[in-house]
Amino acid sequence: MNAQLKEIQVEQVDVVIIGGGPAGLAAAAELYRRGIHNLLVIEREKQLGGILRQCIHDGFGLTRFQTALSGPEYAQRFIDTIEELNIPYITDATVLEVTHERQVTAVTREGMRTWQAKAVILTMGCRERTRGAIGIPGERPTGVLTAGVAQAYMNLFNTMPAKEVVILGSGDIGMIMARRLTLEGAHVKAVFEIQPYPSGLPRNIEQCLNDYDIPLYLSHGITAIHGNTRLTGVTVSKVDENFKPIPGTEKEYKCDTLILSVGLIPENELSLDAGVILDERTRGALVDENFQTAAEGIFAAGNVLHVHDLVDFVSIEAESLADSVAKYVIEGSLKPAAISINTDCNIGYTVPQRVSGEKEFTLSLRVKRPMKDCRIVVRQAGKEVAVKKMKKAIPAEMIRFVISHEKLVSGSDLEVCVEC
Amino acid sequence: MKQLYDVLIIGGGVIGSAIAREMSRYRLKIGVLEKNLDVCCETSGRNSGVVHGGFAYNTDSLKAKLCVEGNKIMGQLSEELDFAFQRCGKVLVGNTPEDQESLERTMKQGKANGVSGMELIGKERLHELVPAVIGEFAMYSAESGIVDPFGYTIALAENAAENGVDYFFDNEVTAIERDADSNYVITTSAGTFYSRWVVNSAGLGCGKISELLGIGGYKIIGSKGDYIILDKRTGPLLPMPVYPVPSNTYMGIHVTNTTDGNVIVGPNADLTDNFTYYGVSQENMDYLASSASDLWPCIHKKDYIRNYSGILPKWVDENGAIQDFKIEVQDLKAPRAINLIGIESPGLTAAVPIARYAVGLMAEREKLTLNSSFNPIRKGVVRFAELSKEEQNLKILENPEYGEVICRCETVTKAEILQAIHNPLGVDTMTGIKYRTRSMMGRCQGGYCQMRIAQLLEQELGKKEDQIQYARKGSQMFFGKVRQEVES
Repeated sequence: MNAQLKEIQVEQVDVVIIGGGPAGLAAAAELYRRGIHNLLVIEREKQLGGILRQCIHDGFGLTRFQTALSGPEYAQRFIDTIEELNIPYITDATVLEVTHERQVTAVTREGMRTWQAKAVILTMGCRERTRGAIGIPGERPTGVLTAGVAQAYMNLFNTMPAKEVVILGSGDIGMIMARRLTLEGAHVKAVFEIQPYPSGLPRNIEQCLNDYDIPLYLSHGITAIHGNTRLTGVTVSKVDENFKPIPGTEKEYKCDTLILSVGLIPENELSLDAGVILDERTRGALVDENFQTAAEGIFAAGNVLHVHDLVDFVSIEAESLADSVAKYVIEGSLKPAAISINTDCNIGYTVPQRVSGEKEFTLSLRVKRPMKDCRIVVRQAGKEVAVKKMKKAIPAEMIRFVISHEKLVSGSDLEVCVEC
Repeated sequence: MKQLYDVLIIGGGVIGSAIAREMSRYRLKIGVLEKNLDVCCETSGRNSGVVHGGFAYNTDSLKAKLCVEGNKIMGQLSEELDFAFQRCGKVLVGNTPEDQESLERTMKQGKANGVSGMELIGKERLHELVPAVIGEFAMYSAESGIVDPFGYTIALAENAAENGVDYFFDNEVTAIERDADSNYVITTSAGTFYSRWVVNSAGLGCGKISELLGIGGYKIIGSKGDYIILDKRTGPLLPMPVYPVPSNTYMGIHVTNTTDGNVIVGPNADLTDNFTYYGVSQENMDYLASSASDLWPCIHKKDYIRNYSGILPKWVDENGAIQDFKIEVQDLKAPRAINLIGIESPGLTAAVPIARYAVGLMAEREKLTLNSSFNPIRKGVVRFAELSKEEQNLKILENPEYGEVICRCETVTKAEILQAIHNPLGVDTMTGIKYRTRSMMGRCQGGYCQMRIAQLLEQELGKKEDQIQYARKGSQMFFGKVRQEVES
């Protein structure tokens, strides 16, 4: 045994929160207010704030703070709270492992550190789907990058990654980058979306594309990428209802950059190793109304749980788990959730996926396709227990409503469906 | 004053770098001319990474002989040179009586080639070895394995450089002449070089360089193969490569585990005369997935990380029949020129024996003096992710840069990135860092780390944004700054 070998001490803590972005910070502040002071937020970057640090556009906070803020401003409100309350956090620390027994190990510049927590909150956010993940055919030049990477290059690293641009995918970040690139002198030729409807929010189509005369083509996909050094162009085709390219509709676009805004994937590699079970639909954890995952004492909120369209709801979701986590830390267990929430073919997913039936909860869901004048109905054993009327429901907008436990009974699952 | 080299090696792939290293055992002034910006940009880096047993090649061929030798020494090489190699074995899976006969023939040929560790196994044993496989029986080759083709090629090149070999990147050979002293005068895209000996290890360019040397008549065709890379989550389902029953000329679409725990699916084999097109078509991706799923039903689109392709240079006769490796010196047409033609698969496995064979041709023609200071040992970039927690802790206490994770998918630290940036070959591209550290090779494909790596390249090497290249010359990453900083 090496005499120098310094043993890694295990530090005891009530709650470890992995990720100091909007979800982690909101959860930390609310937990602290509920009397859980022995907690720790672990952030891998040099500063708190998560992805908001690079989101310098405004439009954040309309729900949570009733005012329009930029991403850094929105994050700063939470960071200020953390600082005021003296909530413990560390930055520059990358978590490598979370065990089923809630032991958390991170790499820091001071060495490896390990904590034994009573509860762990997963707030690691999500990553972007890449070219390789969606398997776009063609050559592999440089100049094909995800919208978030382009955003980081421009807003955090002051580096210009593009001049002549085509964007694939009408996700919100893609549209925001269309505007940002245009403002910095790049020429955005078009945005192509494979679905027959936009995947981002209507306000971004208006403010980021229409205001700058950037065309959006629906039901179009990229069928080839050209160039063996820097990108020289892409081939675009119309697609049919099965997303198959329609022969004869190919069109070439010359460009040096292809920006991809083709979806986000909750970042759950740590969660899987801890024994958390994922929902194939959200690619986030299966949770109950306490946001507790299949691994006891491990909770999840924000984009690591399901991808949100508005950061306000990330914060609100993370704040709402504080009660349950505080209770878990003090009492050591929570009521089991035996009622599953099932969905019909029009619903993409729900969060939570199961409940105890003994407490009020907020149901978050997305519809699978745009619908008008519909009712979202929650039934138990054939009986309506909640209804939300929607003039318009689109996949880009998460739908949330509160369901009271008073009408719920035990022993029977909930069914969520859309009726037009 | 012009520098006269004893040997100039054209092409710094796995073959050229193996030759450079083998020649650096002798007192020779050696240079390598490489047209790309790094050493494994073409065939050497674009393949299955399989260390072949040597049973698939005609007995008495150079392919068989050098492959069997290469297989035997791979363990020792990986220890000397610090690259990833696993002798994990492999299976060739069959279902029909014809398959059975074919595998028996393959085994017989393998035995004649001097391959050990082969056996025909039944369904039960096959499923013990690879539980997820579909198939009735198999030929199991215990001596087959996998190697990290980037790490292997880079290791050979770095060890050569550490033993005094000069590497010249971005030097594409355009003309070869001989001067009055009968020395070779080699013109490249960047300058003129002089040498007594020349080695043609140009891979896909071997036909062209051979012509420039005055040795015409070799017909080279490309066999292009596409691959899909799967997420590391699939790695545990594939403990060794799974192949179909091979034909005489083609190994078939297989699934291969990598030394880093991913799975690669491929390749198809499309003949091509375009040696610079590495695109992958939708049809081929779909075909690879459906074809390989018949062997190993664990291929799902949600696990796709990336696709790539590689081109093998095959020497063919006038009828298109694929020929053996050719390693020759034609003393009359091109004295002191070692000409390597059609070095395709199993070139990766056979690289060092090929190099020794080439050195042998030289030694037959002039006396070589041993270089007493030759050091066969080379150390690569430390892999933080592969250490135990206690070792990781120690590393950080020694050097806090190990305590900063730059690439989160592959857990690559700043210390490793810095080691890679200051590599012995002076490679300064993004893929140079990627191949040396695995950063940007994980499931997010550089979404988290590439900005930091580009910034570190700028800072450490004093480069401007628009000087950062991704891989090949011209693969500029940036167009300058977004806003100019104003001096206050």
